[in-house]
Amino acid sequence: MTGLQGLLRPVAGPRALRIDVRQNILYVGFVVLFAVFAATLGDEGFTTSNNLLNIIRQTATISVMAVAVTFVIGAAEIDLSVGAVAGLASVICAMAIDSYGVVPGILAGVLLGAVVGAINGSLVVGLGMPSFLVTLGMLGIAHGTAQWITDSAPQPILSDSFNNVFGSGDLGPIPSLVIWTAVAVAIGHVLLRRTAYGRGVLATGGNEEAARFSGVPTRRIKFTVMMASSTVAAIAGMLYAGRLQSGRFQWGEGDELSVIAAVILGGTSLFGGRASVVGALLGSLMIGLINNGLTLMGLEFSQQQIVRGAIIILAVALARRV
Amino acid sequence: MTGIAKAFSGVTVLDDVSFDVRAGETHALLGGNGAGKSTLMKILEGVYALDRGTIEIDGERVELASPQSARRHGVAMIFQELSLVPTLTVAQNIYLTRESRTRGGLLDDRALERRAGELLAELGVDVDPRAEVGRLGAASMQLVEIAKALSQDARVLIMDEPTASLARSEVEALFSIIGRLKERGIAIVYITHRLEEVMAVADRVTVLRDGRLVGTRPTSELDVEALIELIVGTAVEQALERGERTVDRSGTPLLSLRAVSTPTGLEGIDLDLYAGEIVGIAGLMGSGRSELARAIFGVDALSAGEIRLRGERARIRRPADAIEHGIVLVPEDRRRQGLVLGHSVERNLTLTLLRRLTRGGLLDEDEGVGVAERYVARLGIRTRSLDTPVRRLSGGNQQKVVLAKWLATEPEVLILDEPTVGVDISTRSEIADLVRGLAEQGKAVLVISSELAEVLALADRILVLREGRIHRCVSRADVADEPELHRLVQEAA
Repeated sequence: MTGLQGLLRPVAGPRALRIDVRQNILYVGFVVLFAVFAATLGDEGFTTSNNLLNIIRQTATISVMAVAVTFVIGAAEIDLSVGAVAGLASVICAMAIDSYGVVPGILAGVLLGAVVGAINGSLVVGLGMPSFLVTLGMLGIAHGTAQWITDSAPQPILSDSFNNVFGSGDLGPIPSLVIWTAVAVAIGHVLLRRTAYGRGVLATGGNEEAARFSGVPTRRIKFTVMMASSTVAAIAGMLYAGRLQSGRFQWGEGDELSVIAAVILGGTSLFGGRASVVGALLGSLMIGLINNGLTLMGLEFSQQQIVRGAIIILAVALARRV
Repeated sequence: MTGIAKAFSGVTVLDDVSFDVRAGETHALLGGNGAGKSTLMKILEGVYALDRGTIEIDGERVELASPQSARRHGVAMIFQELSLVPTLTVAQNIYLTRESRTRGGLLDDRALERRAGELLAELGVDVDPRAEVGRLGAASMQLVEIAKALSQDARVLIMDEPTASLARSEVEALFSIIGRLKERGIAIVYITHRLEEVMAVADRVTVLRDGRLVGTRPTSELDVEALIELIVGTAVEQALERGERTVDRSGTPLLSLRAVSTPTGLEGIDLDLYAGEIVGIAGLMGSGRSELARAIFGVDALSAGEIRLRGERARIRRPADAIEHGIVLVPEDRRRQGLVLGHSVERNLTLTLLRRLTRGGLLDEDEGVGVAERYVARLGIRTRSLDTPVRRLSGGNQQKVVLAKWLATEPEVLILDEPTVGVDISTRSEIADLVRGLAEQGKAVLVISSELAEVLALADRILVLREGRIHRCVSRADVADEPELHRLVQEAA
């Protein structure tokens, strides 16, 4: 048995350096894409720090939602309602600020997310419904509600302090949206990699039955990932509201697809069990990078959609081959 | 089949085995776990390629390179896990990919149902061809499988434990259908552990042991006694030799069950398990062996009765509760219930320890690695590294990982459900030594096994289950040898 020790490669080394092969592909792709854009679009101002910060700012809502959805997909569930919940939260928050002030407005937005998430989670765990269908239904309900209660009209937010904290302002040289993104990724990364909860999420996604047999509270985990996903989506909705200084039912519309694309690009398995928060951030930034680069190239929106779709398919295909 | 040999990664599992089945005959294929029955049949089904030997059908040599080619030659397997689409009707299932069509080329379900109805009536099967398969009982599904195979002109049917999930009356119905199949000249290979059934239904018997042919005899020359002798043989595996042990049963039992019943079929189970004791659970498939394990571990709810730990009632409603009480289960199906196959050895090993490894809200990874290293060394788990996905480990090493992840929780009561299924011989004896060592340390162990030699080698007491009840409870010292335990289990059938 002593010979066995020799067979084990030293595992106590720097674990932070152990990176999934598929993620490596993402890093490489990210760098290559960046280099291509930098070389071809340098004159259009791609590499200016302003433009780069802009990319992070524009993708902030996607990045923040992607952090929470990484847990959902890691647990082998899905949440299609994040974009619609973000829109509804932006509206609720804006209306509550108008009537009751900033703090009640923020609380109303967060509470909305928690309630929607609790409903999603209860239906998935309690009734055993597939999360795909539950959240598909919730997408329609949230989107319709947001449009209905506002009569499709934008709800302006006049509080400068809210707008500054949620999206428009800066902290010193750093835009507040960058800080939101960094905080969300940091919390998500530690939670996923370094806590019993995160390990339980991955075990549940990898093999729910074995996880349950091992004493992992799989039901609680599935409920909480759904709940957190909607709550974080609501916060993302408020980031939209702060950046655009209003609540509107269209904020976040269609984001669920970008979020899922970002998460999967980041190396999270669509079937659960393997997930990466940092990867999701990179996936989100990559989508932002593509959007930005294509805009600077002067492509029309329709053309951008085609190229973006092709790049995403290519990236996932490359990651699969490894 | 003549002179069949097969080895997996150098380990011989079949050595010069010959087997034949005649038209209109039911031929029982018998042997203990690992005797090579399923490997032999998988070769006949075209799942495995043979290393040596020949297969002839109707006197002509054939190559069965795939399940499709086996089907073309008229060999069909009636699966234990049925291969039907539950959302389609009986008729649609029977003629899947060979549907009747209207003149316009569209599917003609009515013609399909008529054909299926005729076929089922011919077999004497009372199943509505329009019924959705998912709503049928296990027995009807099996009959639909048989009908499906016949509709594809099958002439050799392989039935693997066909009665495992059937009630008594359904077994009789199946036997009468087997009778009709024989009249039609169908050859049937019948695999089972239930020797009474062999006597009732088989014309001839072939017994395999350790991958070798023991013999083929007409059933009329045999009785259950003789069958047991053929299956068990005289050689006792050295690895599973039993050492004498004494157990102190004077105090309070560590684990007690009182009149435990479950919706899964257990009825009024009483059991006392003492510290330092190994109790073996024997019984045929469907006797409630695994159900007992699941009930104690909190996977299935109790409908009546109670579980006590050191004399005090314990509420166990989910596995987490059982683990809290120091009860752990090494489950029957390690790939589905025991392991997250895509995750690393270390992650699997520490999955049961997450709460213990948490310091100030964060997992202490170094300690997790330390624990994993310790148990990998202690159990001699052969893996390239702690980061290797357990999927890549051999069956024996996978099972050691499951054992290790539970040992790491330092439990008091261990339930081992089929601890050595799919595990090589040397690992088996290692696991047996480990289990004995655990009992020496004062743990209580429940060993559930269909391998009677294993039960005999390990247990201090043996419970024989039958239809969810305790049929017999005997001290190990009162069971002379494996044939005797075999008889106890068979009389419970």
